[in-house]
Amino acid sequence: MHPAFSVIFLTTLIGVGQGLFLALVTGQVYSLANLLQPQDSVRFYAQGSLLALLFLVAGLVASVFHLGRPERAWRAAARWRTSWLSREVIVLPLFMALVALYGGLHWLGWTEPWFQVKGVIPVDATLVVGVLGALAAFALFGCTAMIYASLKFIEEWHSPFTLVNFTLFGIASGFMLAAAFSAWSGTDLVAFYGTWAVIFTLAAGVGRLLSLRRNARLQHKSDLQSAIGVRHNRIEQKAQGFMGGAFNTREFFHGRPAAVVKGVRLFFLVAVFVLPPLLLGASHWLASPWLPMAAFVMQYLGLVAERWYFFAEARHPQNLYYQSMA
Amino acid sequence: MTQLALVIDLNVCVGCHACVTSCKEWQTSGWAGPLTDVRPYDKDPSGTFFNRVQTFEVGEFPNTETVHFPKSCLHCEEPPCVPVCPTGASYKREEDGIVLVDYDKCIGCKYCSWACPYGARELDEKQKVMKKCTLCVDRIYDESLPESERKPACVLACPTSARLFGDVHDPDSEVSVAIRENGGYQLMPEWGTRPANHYLPRRKTRIQIFEDELVRADNPLRKEAPLPAAEGDTLDDVAF
Repeated sequence: MHPAFSVIFLTTLIGVGQGLFLALVTGQVYSLANLLQPQDSVRFYAQGSLLALLFLVAGLVASVFHLGRPERAWRAAARWRTSWLSREVIVLPLFMALVALYGGLHWLGWTEPWFQVKGVIPVDATLVVGVLGALAAFALFGCTAMIYASLKFIEEWHSPFTLVNFTLFGIASGFMLAAAFSAWSGTDLVAFYGTWAVIFTLAAGVGRLLSLRRNARLQHKSDLQSAIGVRHNRIEQKAQGFMGGAFNTREFFHGRPAAVVKGVRLFFLVAVFVLPPLLLGASHWLASPWLPMAAFVMQYLGLVAERWYFFAEARHPQNLYYQSMA
Repeated sequence: MTQLALVIDLNVCVGCHACVTSCKEWQTSGWAGPLTDVRPYDKDPSGTFFNRVQTFEVGEFPNTETVHFPKSCLHCEEPPCVPVCPTGASYKREEDGIVLVDYDKCIGCKYCSWACPYGARELDEKQKVMKKCTLCVDRIYDESLPESERKPACVLACPTSARLFGDVHDPDSEVSVAIRENGGYQLMPEWGTRPANHYLPRRKTRIQIFEDELVRADNPLRKEAPLPAAEGDTLDDVAF
C-alpha cells in the first residue's frame, strides 16, 4: 500500500492524545488510592488535557488532508452500523469532547466529591468523566485499528496484532509524553510515568516483533492463477492496459526500493523500542528534564516510521494485476 | 431477483481495446460528468477508466499462449466495498444488483478501493470522488434507444462479441447458458465476494483420431498388398 502521510499522522497523533489522557486518568486513580501524591488540578490535569486535546486536533486536521472532498466529511457518520471508519468518525469527536470536559472540570476546580464509595474513595465529576473518557479512548483504539484489521484480503493487516499494536503504541507514546510533560512542568511523576512508558513500550515491542514474524511467514491466498483464472505455473504479464500511471499503480504500491523499506524497519525498531527506554533511564540518573522530552520526540518519530512501514508491508491482492508494464 | 452482469469470453477476446475506448467515450460524455484525464498528451499521462484490457503470456516458449484479459468492476453479489463506505455513497441496487457510487455523497476517502481485492475502483483525480463501472446504467434502461442498443457500451463495441450482457440469476438467459455450458468462472473465488461477472476460459477444439482409424483394414481405397500368410490354425479351423 502507498503510505499516506495524512493517515500516518492521524493515527499516530490521536494515539498519543489517547495515551496521554489514559495516563492522566491513571495518575488520578493512583492518587485516589493514595499510591501517588495528589496533583494540582489546574497545572497538571487541566494543562495535560489541553496537551492531549492539541494532539487530537492535530490528528483530526491531518485526516482532512486524506479526503478528496473534506467539505462532505460530515456525511461520514452515516454508516456506523457497517463501517469502522464511520464508527471512528463518531467516537473521535466524542472522545475529544470528554477530554475537553475533563480538562475543563479540573480547570474550574469542580472536584468536590459527589459521594464516597465505602466511605474511603471520594468520587467527583472529574473521576466520572475520566473513566468515561478512558472507555472512549479504548473504543477509539478499537475503531482505528479495525479500519485496517477488518480488510480480510489485506492479510498483513487482518490479524489481532493490528488491534493490539495500535493500542499499545498509543498507550506507550502517551505515557512517554506524560513523563515528558511531568518533567517539563516540574511535577514529581517522571519516574511513575516513565516506568509505565517503558513497560508499555516493551510490550508493544513484543507485539510488533510477533506481527513482523507473522507477516514474514505469510502465505498469500491469492495468486495470478486465481486472479485471472488460468491454471498454469508460468504466467507473465505483458501489458496492464496503459503505459502511463493510474490510480491502481499509485495507491497500492509504495514505490520505494526494498533497501529503503528495510532501513525504515530498522529505524523504527531502534527509535521506538530501544532509544526511548535508554533515554528515560539516563534521565533518571542525570535528573535532566530534557531527556524525557527527547525520549518522547524520538519515539514519536519512530512511530511515524512504524506506521509508514505498516502501510508499505501490506500487499494488496489487486497488485497481482499490475506487475509489469512492458 | 435480478443480477445484471457481463460474461467475458477469453477464448474470443483479441485485445483490441474497443471496449475500453467505447466505455470511456460513453461515460465521459454521459450525465455523470467526464472521466477526467490528467496530462493526456504529455509526459506521464493518467486518467480515469472503468475498463482495462490487460495481456498475459501463459507458458514458456515455444508453448506459449497470449491471453487478453478485460478487467472491470465485477458487481459482486457480496461486494466488500459497500459496507466499508462511511457515507453510504457506495451501494448495491436491490432491483438489478448493479454496484454504484453516488458521486454527490462520496467524500473521496478511498477506503472502498482498499476493500476491493480486484482494484476495480479508481479515484477521479479532478473530481476527487471514487468511480467505477456502472454497467452503463444510464443506457440499459433508456427507452429512447432501440431495444437492441440497451446494452453497455463495451458490449456493443466488441467486434468479436466476446462480451455478453444479461441477468445471471435467470437460468435461461444467454449469460447463464454461456456460464453453464462453457465453463464460466469467477475471479479470486477464495474471498467469497461472489462476483456477478464471469469469464469463459480459453477452449481448444480437438478431434480424437487413433492410428487405426486412419489406416482402416477394410478401407476400399487402401493400396492392395499381398495378404498376410496364414500362420497356424484360423478361426474356421478351430470352430468346425
